[in-house]
Amino acid sequence: MIRARITVTLKNGVLDPQGVAIGHGLASLGFAGVRSVRQGKIFDIELDGSDRAKAKADLEAMCRKLLANMVIEDFAVELLP
Amino acid sequence: MKSAVVQLPGLNRDRDMIAALTRIGGKPPATVWQTDTELPDVDLIVIPGGFSYGDYLRCGAIAARMPVMRAVADAAARGVRVLGVCNGLQILAEAGLLPGVLMRNASLKFVCRTVRLQVENASTVFTRHYQKGQVISCPVAHHDGNYFADAGTLNSLEDGGRVVFRYAEGTNPNGSINNIAGIVNEAGNVLGMMPHPENLIEAAHGGTDGRALFESALEIAA
Repeated sequence: MIRARITVTLKNGVLDPQGVAIGHGLASLGFAGVRSVRQGKIFDIELDGSDRAKAKADLEAMCRKLLANMVIEDFAVELLP
Repeated sequence: MKSAVVQLPGLNRDRDMIAALTRIGGKPPATVWQTDTELPDVDLIVIPGGFSYGDYLRCGAIAARMPVMRAVADAAARGVRVLGVCNGLQILAEAGLLPGVLMRNASLKFVCRTVRLQVENASTVFTRHYQKGQVISCPVAHHDGNYFADAGTLNSLEDGGRVVFRYAEGTNPNGSINNIAGIVNEAGNVLGMMPHPENLIEAAHGGTDGRALFESALEIAA
């Protein structure tokens, strides 16, 4: 079995109103000096098989086809040991 | 003309849409379920509003990958008219039938009110019973209507007259770029819009500004 973690984040320059609101929340809790917050998503995925190169390619295809919206989001695929 | 309404789990404006199409078109639309791989022979396919799949992952993301959407894409490629309202627009954008994406409202609040829409293009098959520049009333009810597209896409939308509806000055409820409320595809047969014209078609709704859209799409004399 192969385990992977996929991180999906908004592209630079795309306004993130939720991140801004989270930043305001942190400030109101008294955390000073938070310059900016960008929020995103994490997917932990388990795959059958042991071919790590194929797994990476499949996971990237999953990101492009469903997990990320390429208009506004970037993704990173990390195969876990 | 014959119409069909797509139904998916979590959509909740399908009955409003069926009522509007029945009232204006004179006969009830066919209904199509998400797993259907073939559509009835119709001239207009409507994807109504709601919260398909609970808005999980992204609004419309799961619905856009359901079998029925392949059939809708094939029909759209053949020139069949496709109208997506609210979640329907989000689904069309996720399916790649319309460009761009609908992001969380800039206010972070769900908005449910009547806005003013300016008809920017009255020569589409969906808007020919309106006048260019006409300002109409239309209800909105959404949490993720903040339209966004990259600069190149926006230019091609604007230059091609593909921004069909814009929120009138001062009424943009969601922060959408260029006040965009509704767009068509390049061929002009796929329209997606956040506001709900189906909810303003008779006096009991408080107005009838939405009627002309259905009269246009169904080619019914006003």
